[in-house]
Formats: sequence, structure tokens, C-alpha cells
Amino acid sequence: MNKQISVQVNDLSRHFGRFVAVDHISFEVYDGEIFGFLGANGAGKTTTIKMLCGLLLPSSGSAHVKGYDVYKETAKIKQNIGYMSQKFSLYDDLLVSENIEFFGGVYGLSVRELKTAREKALREFGLEKLSGKLTRELPLGWKQRLALACSLLHKPKILFLDEPTGGVDPISRRDFWQKIYELAQSGVTVFVTTHYMDEVEYCNRISIMHSGKIVAMGTPHDLKEQYNKETVEQVFIHLIDK
Amino acid sequence: MHNRILPIIRKELIHILRDPRSLTIIFVLPTVMILLFGFAITFDIKDIKIAILDQDRSQASRQVAELFTNNQYFKIAADLTNRGQIEPLMMDRTIVAALVIPEGFGADLVAKPAASLQVLIDGSNANTATVVTNYITAALASYTMDLNSGLHAPVVVQPRIWYNPDLDSTKFIVPGLLAVLMMMICAMLTSITIAREKETGTMEQILVSPIRSYEIIIGKVLPYIVVAFVVASVVLAFAKIVFAVPIRGNLLLLAALSLVFIYASLSLGVLISSKARTQQVALMISLVGTLLPSILLSGFIFPLFALPKFLQALSYAVPARYYLVIVRGIMLKGIGFEYLYLPTLSLFLFGTLLLMISMKNFKTNLEG
Repeated sequence: MNKQISVQVNDLSRHFGRFVAVDHISFEVYDGEIFGFLGANGAGKTTTIKMLCGLLLPSSGSAHVKGYDVYKETAKIKQNIGYMSQKFSLYDDLLVSENIEFFGGVYGLSVRELKTAREKALREFGLEKLSGKLTRELPLGWKQRLALACSLLHKPKILFLDEPTGGVDPISRRDFWQKIYELAQSGVTVFVTTHYMDEVEYCNRISIMHSGKIVAMGTPHDLKEQYNKETVEQVFIHLIDK
Repeated sequence: MHNRILPIIRKELIHILRDPRSLTIIFVLPTVMILLFGFAITFDIKDIKIAILDQDRSQASRQVAELFTNNQYFKIAADLTNRGQIEPLMMDRTIVAALVIPEGFGADLVAKPAASLQVLIDGSNANTATVVTNYITAALASYTMDLNSGLHAPVVVQPRIWYNPDLDSTKFIVPGLLAVLMMMICAMLTSITIAREKETGTMEQILVSPIRSYEIIIGKVLPYIVVAFVVASVVLAFAKIVFAVPIRGNLLLLAALSLVFIYASLSLGVLISSKARTQQVALMISLVGTLLPSILLSGFIFPLFALPKFLQALSYAVPARYYLVIVRGIMLKGIGFEYLYLPTLSLFLFGTLLLMISMKNFKTNLEG
């Protein structure tokens, strides 16, 4: 199988003063893959994502997203990626439709493109009835849907999700992952961080991060076999306790 | 490129219109301030409460007392019969000054080269005391002049005050108010709105898009330029209609130079927000860093030359200082740009410098 590399990371590090948040990590993510980043809070997942999205410059090492350099070509990277953080960063005082229009506009969509993208987003995420509501009135699960819809308006090739299901009820989480699956199926690369162990099973491959380092990487199946454990959770605990 | 700025402007306008707090700052605050400064706070002292103790009971002493009875600046609060009455009145603030005409005043006036009066003044408020002393001296000086009218006075000073002949303080306060309000709207509101986006994470969400930081800043700042302009026009109209403050110079010039001041204030706001991570911090810094200096170190209320040397030096970093020269110059003196290019240039350089620093800071400060 000919796998196209979507994200390539080599020896990447980031320090904050003396604190080493990300410590010489290397990995590759392929097109259409759901790649999971598993780790405790403070393991360095968010810092890694921010470097790949062009929000944060690395201290050393190299990384390429869709072939573009994270040091020099952040503008091109940004046009090609979608990003959604655990905060579901939406404007509470804007209507649902206004949020969609705003984020589409920021990506430079024309009026006509924006109209198509808005209709599509409202339809695909079942937000039609809510489009005239203030965003602050939405339940958390719906805010999450809206945030995802907003990050997809410009049809990104890679989607970065930073703990996208934090605080959301199980039904919404399941729906959310259903959506992620469909996206991957359509060729979008999904890069997701999480600390929910059950979500890890949805990923094609995962990497386990601890104190800034990648301590294990592979398919969930391979990892369980390699460490002779029943679940990824047990693998995780085994690795972190060492 | 343009169509990336437009959505930001649109969104910002929605924020302003849907947020009761920003609406309060934009509409209620200017109204309250102009009413307060225009009607209530005045530096002209009228109705000075004075007591007169006439121990002479002569024609001359009555003439002196009359100087104060028929005078809009004074109000006779008490006619005294002995010295012991003065202190209690001063203590309970019934009077701020007492005039004592000693026995023999009238006779001395005729027989001797000079006669003496005593004036007692409450010095617990030094400012008022100075003003009261000046007013009393002035009242008595006119009386002395009348007495001397037959003779040749060696030197006669005839002060004539230009631009604001009645020394009406609203006429110089309202232009200052313009500066304070615009500074408040520009610096405070912009720094808060940018800090808010950092707090909620929406700034990160915008920065992950291909939009440039200058596009974000322009988009966020433009609506506030419009708002500041509207507020300034309303304050000016108010000043002219209600307080009869003259606008002697060119209105277009005033508008153009106000734009330069708005530019400097906005740059200051953007700089503050590039440092502040939360709305609270942004609010505190903008209050202490822009509003207070605009009131205290700009010449709005206290004359700059009367300030201690180091505060005078500090005042050069306060944009309102330059703007006040511009507004008072155009409104009261009716002067043109040929007298105002220096303060205008200072404002422009000030704004550009700050903007450059904050553009540099803007992205890097979001990290971490």
C-alpha cells in the first residue's frame, strides 16, 4: 500500500524556560489516518499540536505538515488544516449561523462559498433548527458540534483535535466519533489528542506520550499484543508506572 | 485580503451592540461625565461665604462691607459683633473667610497714609484659600483705586484675558473631557476586547487560520474608531449647544487631528492587550496607564508647568497632553495647523512606535 505522509516530525522539542514540554519526539502520520495522541495532562500533547498548527515555534528539530515547514511556511499550513481545541472556542454572543459565517470569513471564503459552506455545515451537523440561536444557549454537546463544523468550513486536509470531547456526554461523544470516522473515510487526516481510553480504540494508530517523550507507538491491537495486556488502558498504566 | 478583515469588523460590531457593558461605557459614561463636569464640577468659586466684623461703624467701613454684599462672588454669611464669633463659624464651615474692620479704620483713612484691615481665611483647603485671598484682594483693590481716583496712580495694570474672557472653566474642561472619553473608548475597550478573546480561546482559533495579525488588529480597531468619532461628535454638539463652548477653528481640522489622537490611543490599547492575558488585567492597566494620566498628567485639570519636574517629564508620554493643546487651540483660540504640527507629529510618532512594538508582541505573547 502506498501511504502518503501527511505529518512528519523529526526530533522535535519545545522548552518553556527550563521546562521541557516536548522532548525530542519523532513520528509520521499518513493521509486518511486517525492518529491518536494519548497522555496524561501535561504530557506535552497540546504543545505538540500547537507547534504543528503554527501557533508555537519549536525550540529544535523539524516538522512538516502537508510538506510545509512549521518554521517558515505556517501560512500555507494554516490554509490546509482545521483546528479545534478543548475550549470549543466559539463566540457566545453570536448566533450559531454568525459563528459559522465568521469563521468561514476568516478563512477568506467568498460570499458564495460561504453560503454553500454554511448550508452544508448546518445540514450535516443537524444545526438547522439552532442556527438562529445564541451560541451561549446551546448545550455543551451542541457547542462541540458547532466548533467542529466551524473548523471544517474551508475543507481542511488535516484536522487537529485537542481533547475534543472534554466534558461532553457519552451520546454526543459517540456521534462525534461517528463524524470523525466519516471524515477519515473521505480522506481527511485526523490528529487527535485524548485521555479517554475508550476513544483510543477508534484510532488507526496511537502514540503514548509521557513527560514530553513518546514512550510507545502503534495500532491499538499491536500495542496490546506487544505488552501482553487486555486493554490500551492497561498498556498505558504499565508504561506510565514504569 | 479585504474580505478577511470584513468578518472581524462585523463580528466586533455585534459584540459592541450585544454587550451591555460596552454599551454603558460608550453611551452612559460620556453622558454622565459631561453632565458632571459641565454642571457640577467647576473650578470657578462663587458664593464665597464670608462674615464681616465691623468694629468701626463709619461711612468708610460700610463702603468696604458693601463691596462684598453686592458681589456675585461673595455671600455674607454672618454679621458679627465680636471676634470670638469667628472661630466657631469657621470650624463648622459656615464661613471660609472673615473680614475684620478695626475701630478707627475710617479715621486712619483720612489722617494716615494707609489704613489696615484684617482678613481671616480657612486654609484647610489650600486651593480654595488661594482663590478666596485673590478675590478679596481684588475686591479691595478696586476700592483703593476708587479712593485714589483723584490722584495719579504710578502703575495701573489692566488685565485683559483672551480666548476665554470670563475664565469660564467649562470652556476649558469640555475639550479635556473629549480627550479623556476618546482615550477611554479607544484604549480601554480595545484592550478589553482583545484580552477577552485570549481568555476564551477564540484568539487562538483565529490565529490558527491564515489571517495575518495586522488584519486582526485592523478589523478589531476600525469599529472603535467609528464609535470614538460618534462619541466625540455628540460631546462636541453638547458642549456647543448646552454649555455654549465656542468652536472657533476649523471643524474639519479638528476632526482630522482627532483621528491622529484616536490612532495613538488605539495603539496604546493594542499594546496593553498584547501584554494582558485577562480582561481584568487589561482593565486595570488601561485605567492606571491611560485614564488616570489623561486626567492628571495632561493639563486637563492641573497645569503642567505646576507639576514637579519628574511628572512633567512623564507627561510627554501621555498622548492626551498633545491632544489637549490641539483641541483647546482649535476650539478656543481658533488656530490652524501651522501652530499645531508639533503636537500632531508627536501623537503620530507615539502611535506608530507603540503599534510597531505591539505588532511584534502580538503573536509571541499568545504562546505558552
